[in-house]
Amino acid sequence: MENLKEELKGKIIEVLNLEDINIEDIKDTDPLFGDGLGLDSIDALELIVLMDKQYGIKLSDPKEGKTIFQNIETMAKYIADNRTK
Amino acid sequence: MKAVYINGIGSVSIQDQDIFDFNFELISDLSDVNYAKHPSYKEMIPAAMIRRMAQGVKMGIYASQNALNEAEIEIPDAIITGTGMGCLQDSEKFLRAIIDNEEEFLTPTSFIQSTHNTVGSQIALRLGCKGYNFTYVNGANSFENALNDAKLQIENDEANSILVGGIDEISDYTLKLLKKIDVIKNENSSIDFKNPTSIGVPFGEGANFLAISSEKKSNSYAEICDVFVQNKIEISDLKQTVSTFLEANKIDLSQIDVLVVGRNADSNFNEYYTEMETLFEDKTQIYYKHLSAEFDTASAFGVLLAATILKKQEIPNELLWNNKSMSQANYVLCYNQYRGKDHSLVLLRNC
Repeated sequence: MENLKEELKGKIIEVLNLEDINIEDIKDTDPLFGDGLGLDSIDALELIVLMDKQYGIKLSDPKEGKTIFQNIETMAKYIADNRTK
Repeated sequence: MKAVYINGIGSVSIQDQDIFDFNFELISDLSDVNYAKHPSYKEMIPAAMIRRMAQGVKMGIYASQNALNEAEIEIPDAIITGTGMGCLQDSEKFLRAIIDNEEEFLTPTSFIQSTHNTVGSQIALRLGCKGYNFTYVNGANSFENALNDAKLQIENDEANSILVGGIDEISDYTLKLLKKIDVIKNENSSIDFKNPTSIGVPFGEGANFLAISSEKKSNSYAEICDVFVQNKIEISDLKQTVSTFLEANKIDLSQIDVLVVGRNADSNFNEYYTEMETLFEDKTQIYYKHLSAEFDTASAFGVLLAATILKKQEIPNELLWNNKSMSQANYVLCYNQYRGKDHSLVLLRNC
């Protein structure tokens, strides 16, 4: 799980082009949206595509996103439980 | 009809930021491809915005804000941009993603930012400007058409202050294609502006903006008298075209003090510039693409230089094409064409 979290942080930094942010700067429980990393709705779409492309997870219910994308911890757990690749 | 004054300029080019202070100590020598010297954008653009921006957008925001600052305009009445190729980096990015991912897993960011009007819209979003926002995409006349629109709006009292500029960025794949068809010089070709012997141009990128207004200030650069564009002109008709343009502005050839020509070291299509040189052989002539390199909106760099010459009443040797000195400049005429097409004339007057 720790490896998955590190991998996820790296991919988020790369996909969202988070300049000046390193893996160490992102805490597992920091909120991804709002006060934490400050992501927005366009980033949410990028994260949905990332889940599909990298882990074979299709989010059929967009409402699920609010829970899944709370932070790295929740995202990694969902990926570990549902990944198909 | 109101007069139109240039009250501020801003530029990001392949040269250092102080090029319009006529500091030529660190001029970069041109090569076949010339990338912009990027200033630090972080002080001007919030981190949350900057991470999604391609170079063209950043250059546009930086150059336009500097023009607005100099003109002391917070929010202009209109934002009008010109671009020949638009936001190529993001266009290539999302097209590449379509191919690489077999039309799956497509994300919105690069698609959103790939449209030609991205720069104008991002400037407006950042400023909170809800006024007229338009982007002209007309090859090497893109900037001139934007300038003409801005001029007409101010003359007809539809706006008091307008931000107008030209932006073009280099992107890898398009660069390869332009090299393949010899639009850009081969990397081993000589780059000789005085006596071009090889085909193609030294290619570049940049953003050049003007803040124009109906209000004349003590530090205004120049008055914009007229703008003319024509897609095709036979060389034999060039003299008549220029004469007609000047007559419409109630002046003749002898009243032009400085000619600013867009010579680009391409042995093809150079005859248009030679014809203009002959027409104005007893006048001071300057060239500038040895500083800006060539791209669709490089002529905007020339107009900024022309305005600076009128304000400073000074022409550095680095810009002089011929050895005719100038004592007082009242009228400056800018002429540009690219690959024998998209001819333009911009007439500026001392104010």
